[in-house]
Amino acid sequence: MKAMTEVNSVGSARKSFDPIFERGLKFVAILVMSLLILIIFFLYQLAAPAIHEYGWGFMFKSDWNPAKLIFGAYPFIHGTLITSLFALALSVPVSIGTALFLTEIASRQVAAVIGFLVELLAAIPSVVYGLWGLTVLAPRVRVTVQPWLSEHLSFIPGFSGMPYGVGVFSASIVLAIMITPTITSIAREVFRAVPHAQREAALAIGATHSEMIWLSVVRVSWSGVFGAVVLGLGRALGETMAVTMLIGNRNEVANSLFSPAQTMASLIANEYPEATNPLHIGALAYIGLILFGISFIVQGLARRIVNRVANPSGGGA
Amino acid sequence: MNPADFQISIARRLKNRFVILLLIALACVALIPLIHVLHYVYAQGLPHWNLNFFTELPKPVGESGGGLGNAVVGSFFLVLVAAIVGVPVGILVGIFLSEYSRSALAGWVRTSIELLSGVPSIVLGIFAYSAIVVPIGHFSMLAGSFALAVILLPVVAKTTEEVLKLIPSHIREAGLALGIPRWKVTLRIVLIAARSGITTGVALALARVAGETAPLLFTALSSQHWPRSLLEPAASLPVQIYSFALAPFEEWNHLAWAAASVLVSLTLVTNLIMKWATRSRGESR
Repeated sequence: MKAMTEVNSVGSARKSFDPIFERGLKFVAILVMSLLILIIFFLYQLAAPAIHEYGWGFMFKSDWNPAKLIFGAYPFIHGTLITSLFALALSVPVSIGTALFLTEIASRQVAAVIGFLVELLAAIPSVVYGLWGLTVLAPRVRVTVQPWLSEHLSFIPGFSGMPYGVGVFSASIVLAIMITPTITSIAREVFRAVPHAQREAALAIGATHSEMIWLSVVRVSWSGVFGAVVLGLGRALGETMAVTMLIGNRNEVANSLFSPAQTMASLIANEYPEATNPLHIGALAYIGLILFGISFIVQGLARRIVNRVANPSGGGA
Repeated sequence: MNPADFQISIARRLKNRFVILLLIALACVALIPLIHVLHYVYAQGLPHWNLNFFTELPKPVGESGGGLGNAVVGSFFLVLVAAIVGVPVGILVGIFLSEYSRSALAGWVRTSIELLSGVPSIVLGIFAYSAIVVPIGHFSMLAGSFALAVILLPVVAKTTEEVLKLIPSHIREAGLALGIPRWKVTLRIVLIAARSGITTGVALALARVAGETAPLLFTALSSQHWPRSLLEPAASLPVQIYSFALAPFEEWNHLAWAAASVLVSLTLVTNLIMKWATRSRGESR
């Protein structure tokens, strides 16, 4: 009996560190949580001059002239949305197709290898894609792709314009390459969450392989696929270096798929290092804040959808 | 019933064939850029790999030779300092999310970690500029490392959480049943059991962060010299690739390609080693 209480007391003496440990972890976790608030706070601090000067109207003004201290964010919001959406249009069929190939057609070994290679696409640094795009892609777009497209598709508005090589089109292609692994891997998780019985049921009533894929995998996965696409959009919106090197850096609203433009991220990358006037820095930080807000909303939405579909028990995707 | 009724019509069979081939073709399309980029980067970069690249400073315009030694060292220290800050904090948050996941706070922390990992890196650059460059008064390696640490943190936290959740709960229960306090079970048993998974995640995160350019543009900036202090601007490989890619001098373009191939090798080798090290776990993801 005496021995027992001794053991207990030793135990409780050791255990007394437990609450401290837990409190310490909690403290660190709260610290990390507050990072988001700190980011907003520090960005706001820099952006304050521009916010007071222009207010909400900043987002709809299309003049940008640092020399005359005239600032408006519309061309860059427009450029960001155009490049991201065009990149999505290019990437979504490839990504979804690849994800279906990996889950429904490829054998385990093949899927492991191809899946790894697709993940490698995400591991290549953005600046390397930019360098590649600048030397390989842009000249080809200028010499081959754009003349062909404008010859055959000139009836569609947006396919005309001077052949520069750099511009919305080239930037979007590289963006599409960069977001393909994101969409593929999330879509893959979504398709994998479809129960096997559902596939077997389709096959049992005589569906062909492709009909089975459509009936029991794709049709039940719409919301998850939508989440994957939105997550890809979130990635595309904030992507900086490759776009900066390929978009042509012209501070105007793009009127053609081939014209040079500017995204919010590329504008910041271009002008921030040289900005000295507080209003100029403020306008750039304001654009950073808008970019933060947009990607915050888009990613938050996508995470909610994806977490619900791919991981119904709750927790992260 | 006639067995012929069950036969699949030619049209359906052709459609089936077509869809399967289409999906295979799409998967191939996804891989073309990877192969092209890798091939091109090595074709352009490898001829300029030599000892000078790692040991010399860039030569002024017009002179041949020179290297990016300062950028190699700069990148190393930028990532090292970011790791010293970001990795332990990330692991602690991961432990909290996994081991204390039932508290209401954990849900909030998990959401903010996800949102944090979605913040565009250029925005984190402005954050680091505002939080460190402005108070200090000039660009510095420290600011760059800070931005990288903020990128690193959610990735490490997420992987740690996922890896710790794979440790079966009976291991924790066995430790607790022996009278070992919870903090010791967590740090000395659970964390040790998960160390290979965490190492993999951290290595991949570090390789990714080493290629980050945008947050360094106006924090660590760049430099012509060897890095000497945390409070001075420092050159880094990705930023040098960016500025030398756009430079109209062939010698500098060569250095950019060599730097690109070094960075790509770094991520490639890390990914391959980590894939190989975790191959036994197979297709858990």
